[in-house]
Amino acid sequence: MTTLTDPPKASFRLSMLIYDTRYRSMTIQIVALIGFLILIGWLISNTAQNLADLGKQPSFGFLFEPAGYDINQRLLDYNSQHTHLRAAFIGLLNTLLVAVLGCITATILGVIIGVLRLSKNWLISKLMTVYVETFRNVPVLLWIVFIMAIMIETMPAPRAFRGEDPAATMKVFDSVALTNRGVYIPEPLFSNSLGNVHLFGASSFRFDVSLDLVAFLVVLFAGLYASFKIKQRADRMQESTGVRPTTWYLRLGVVLIPVAILFAVLGFHLGYPALKGFNFKGGIYMRNSLIALWLALSLYTAAFIAEIVRAGILAISHGQTEAASALGLRPNRTMNLVVLPQALRVIIPPLISNYLNLTKNSSLAIAVGYMDLTGTLMGITLNQTGRELETVLLGMGIYLAISLTISFVMNWYNKRVKLVER
Amino acid sequence: MKKSVLLGALTVAGLAAGAAAAGTLDDVKARGKLNCGVTVGLVGFAAPDANGNWEGFDVGICRAVAAAVLGDPQAVEFVPTTGKTRFTALASGEIDMLARNTTWTFSRDVDLKFTFVGVNYYDGQGFMVPAELGVSSAKELDEATVCIQTGTTTELNLADFFRANNIKYDPVPIETNAEAQQQYLAGACDVYTTDASGLAATRATFERPGDHVLLPEIISKEPLGPLVRHGDNQWGDVVRWSLNALISAEELGVTSANVAEMSAGTDNPEVNRLLGSEGNLGEMLGLSADWAKNAIMAGGNYGELFDNNIGENTSIGLARGLNAQWTEGGLLYSPPFR
Amino acid sequence: MSDISYVRTEMLAEQDPPATSVGAIGWMRANLFSGAFNSILTIVSLGLIYVVLSKILPWAFSPTWDATSLRECREIIAAAGGGGEHGGACWGVIRDRWVQLLFGFYPSELYWRPILAFVLLGVALAPVLFADHVPAKMMRFSMLYPFVMPWLLWGGSIWVPVGALLGFVIGYAVYSVVTNTMSGLLGIITGVIAAVVWWMFLTGGFSSILSGIAPLELDFVDSRSFGGMMLSLTIGVVAIGFSLPIGIVLALGRQSDLLIVKALCVGFIEFIRGVPLITLLFVASTLLNIFMPPGTNFDIIMRVIIMATLFASAYMAEVIRGGLAALPTGQYEGADSLGLNYWQAQRLVIMPQALKISIPGIVSTFIGLFKDTTLVSVIGLLDPLGLSNAIRADAAWNGIVWELYGFIALMFFVFCFGMSRYSMYLERKLQTGHK
Repeated sequence: MTTLTDPPKASFRLSMLIYDTRYRSMTIQIVALIGFLILIGWLISNTAQNLADLGKQPSFGFLFEPAGYDINQRLLDYNSQHTHLRAAFIGLLNTLLVAVLGCITATILGVIIGVLRLSKNWLISKLMTVYVETFRNVPVLLWIVFIMAIMIETMPAPRAFRGEDPAATMKVFDSVALTNRGVYIPEPLFSNSLGNVHLFGASSFRFDVSLDLVAFLVVLFAGLYASFKIKQRADRMQESTGVRPTTWYLRLGVVLIPVAILFAVLGFHLGYPALKGFNFKGGIYMRNSLIALWLALSLYTAAFIAEIVRAGILAISHGQTEAASALGLRPNRTMNLVVLPQALRVIIPPLISNYLNLTKNSSLAIAVGYMDLTGTLMGITLNQTGRELETVLLGMGIYLAISLTISFVMNWYNKRVKLVER
Repeated sequence: MKKSVLLGALTVAGLAAGAAAAGTLDDVKARGKLNCGVTVGLVGFAAPDANGNWEGFDVGICRAVAAAVLGDPQAVEFVPTTGKTRFTALASGEIDMLARNTTWTFSRDVDLKFTFVGVNYYDGQGFMVPAELGVSSAKELDEATVCIQTGTTTELNLADFFRANNIKYDPVPIETNAEAQQQYLAGACDVYTTDASGLAATRATFERPGDHVLLPEIISKEPLGPLVRHGDNQWGDVVRWSLNALISAEELGVTSANVAEMSAGTDNPEVNRLLGSEGNLGEMLGLSADWAKNAIMAGGNYGELFDNNIGENTSIGLARGLNAQWTEGGLLYSPPFR
Repeated sequence: MSDISYVRTEMLAEQDPPATSVGAIGWMRANLFSGAFNSILTIVSLGLIYVVLSKILPWAFSPTWDATSLRECREIIAAAGGGGEHGGACWGVIRDRWVQLLFGFYPSELYWRPILAFVLLGVALAPVLFADHVPAKMMRFSMLYPFVMPWLLWGGSIWVPVGALLGFVIGYAVYSVVTNTMSGLLGIITGVIAAVVWWMFLTGGFSSILSGIAPLELDFVDSRSFGGMMLSLTIGVVAIGFSLPIGIVLALGRQSDLLIVKALCVGFIEFIRGVPLITLLFVASTLLNIFMPPGTNFDIIMRVIIMATLFASAYMAEVIRGGLAALPTGQYEGADSLGLNYWQAQRLVIMPQALKISIPGIVSTFIGLFKDTTLVSVIGLLDPLGLSNAIRADAAWNGIVWELYGFIALMFFVFCFGMSRYSMYLERKLQTGHK
């Protein structure tokens, strides 16, 4: 027989908040929350009082006033009469431009260097080690100013191209000009252009979309899709019959011919840069500040990516390579088919954080006068309006949004390629 | 636990730094040091030498104010500021005055809530081009690449000028003078624009200064002067009249060489009032009677400061121009000391 | 016996391997010219090395060490036969300014203080970094070091750091007394309160009284005098030092089951990691004073250190979280089965192991932060890069570019390379311990 005793009456005492594990975690959390709110409140009240003392009213109204300054590199139309918001938007696009370009080149360079560092060629592997150590151990800001200085000092000025016997000449059949102001390359032009579509009316985010570009992309992707379908069909045939039909000309043709037809219809031709007045005219102008920043960020980040790639490859157990050799795969096919796909899973998470770092480091554009978000919103706009609080907070918010987006997209991708483990 | 040390240390640091709300003059006296904001480095105006001593024209103003208030021209902490940090540094009380070739504009005075106490250098934005380009007027600069030093009013003036003349240009914004100079010399820009004084100072350091010309257009008015926070009029007066004392001293012929002798008393009552042997101007400011004497002793009168740092005998070689005394056709005109 | 065949009966002397597979030639064949592709790569890289060195070496060997201005350099180079804008390096600027690039404006008669501080830093870190070779008793000095370093660098009365240290002693004393008599959590709370009360209200009086009795003090050096490499090191070391405890708290918070605490920690970490350091430095230079109570005003270097600390602690939290995650679950369960409570388990079992595996990560966070200190030049602090601009504003050196950048890069390289080598050594050591 057991006697059932009632559990002690749950009378609530204050000390239970601390001693009773059921309530303790709640207590700690509420204390933390209250502490946090007090901290925020304290900061806000300080800010309000300080701003009142300075006679300033926090307001974002200045964003809609004319900026008054010009921006040299603009992906969209802009002049000094446009608003500060528009200037910030132009800067944001410049940030994104250099970040995307930088991520692409850094990845390519990083993979090549990481693989070459494992090369059996002693000289190459040492050289790559020197590269990685040099770039990793010197601040990126120093690299940016350094590469800018190299560009400025070693490339010819546009005026060197002038005269009967110029000191410098254009490269690649007179189509590319390398100057210390930047690089001019031919631009694609369409004589029967389809024109532009204007989006977002008169707002600060308005932009034009070139219909030529849209048409090109549509045709290109349609071609690629068709090519992919042909490949799938070839795969199926190989699986069922064991014979793979030769399709490369078909696949190439499906992509190239429609594009060629489109270009012919639109009257495609190249616009070459030519020296007129003070500067080269025509062609695509990539400024030295963009190139210096792009190059420095790529080279610096590539050193880190190379290490990640190397570590990723080394992480694949030797048995995998040996098994691949046993199957009769040649070394480069072993690398492509066995090692890299597996290494990719190890590589991607740190790669994401390097992309994030590169994007954040692009804010150092300020050192070479590249007008990114830091140069416009948190640079000249801040200087001219004296709105430190608003501009810096807005700038931080935008960077945060970019970072979170990148890590969100990349994490999503990472989840997809992740090995599904038991 | 260590987090609290941080907070504790911050509190101590905060208390030690003292409240900025009290009168700046009392603060400076209590601290025994003047915190003076200067540029991070501009030839002739402010730069540290190998021993870390700051030198230059703006630095001279800081030293004069320190001498007037504290009697010691060395009692200055120089706070290097950039175009971005200078106003915040002043508004937050980190510095007591800013002597950093800052243009006196309406919005800075009214909207940003600062008091410009006067003008120590009348400047204007100019252009420098290589002589070989054969350009004789800024209006011929259509489609040129222009190097600008950012963080100043320069960008706005430039945008206005080119828009008004309906010509295009390609701006290259650059943070520091040293880098702008590098780009200009290498031909990465055709034109370098900043305050004419800065252009002349920069040109003076070139290997072959004669290969570069300053264009005749001065596209803006740039009255550069020291400034203090709005609302502390006593401190504003101290800085204003220290500057005026230097200017008046030149007009009255008081130099660092003869100030000791003249402070004993002269026939000129204005000199006597200035140097404290007559009247009680120093007391009115809340300073000692020999405040102006100390200020002049620090680096000489306005003319001496100018000649020693940026004048024609230095490597920078600026002419007095607008910055001559009003009696010599310039704009320097100190209100009377009475 | 028919002699149908010839059979060798004695051994032949061993032949040397062919000349092409031993010695220098063999090594080159194996390592440089194994196959056409490798040969091409080798030749291309040799060409590259030659081009780079042939540009740099003649420039670098330039007899300009004694020059006192750029103009003089140019004359020396012209006299030596080098021509043009880039004929030779002007090393005079380094001779003239290298002390400044190292120490900034720190009073020259007091240079022994930062030197001693950083030498002692090495001593204090030795028991952590080289645990096998240094007696563990040295840890006591390491515990004292955070109080010694600020005193050496900034100077002032010795009683201020002693007072700060006493806060910990008092807090710990209260904690042990209350824990023994009442409960652990209450002990922690009262201990912290006692220490905070001491720091807030009593330290000032304590140190001023003792300074009156025994004035042991060093000359006070304003943090504005800090500059050059010393500024970078100070910001880096102080920020990492402070960020370690904050990072541990954040990492634990991020791992905890408490929803709100976790959300706050994740929010903080992701926010700091999501914005560029430069924007945080803008906050330090333009906004931090606005966030503080009216009248508070601490100097820009202190503000930069605060923001750098926050920045580093977010990264530190992630490093430590990695260390915590790498620990086998058995360790947690083992600690639980011993009946240790949360804090005991953390202190005695989890943290010692997690921190040990995190050391390489901590070192690389430090390297990253140390390199990032160059960003302070953007807000007008005179770190090496900022000083290079100030030096170029001196009329004598106006126009110098490469020499300064090269020297600064070399200084950073020496520091960072040394630390990264150490971190790799440690990683190898830890790896063998775990596999």
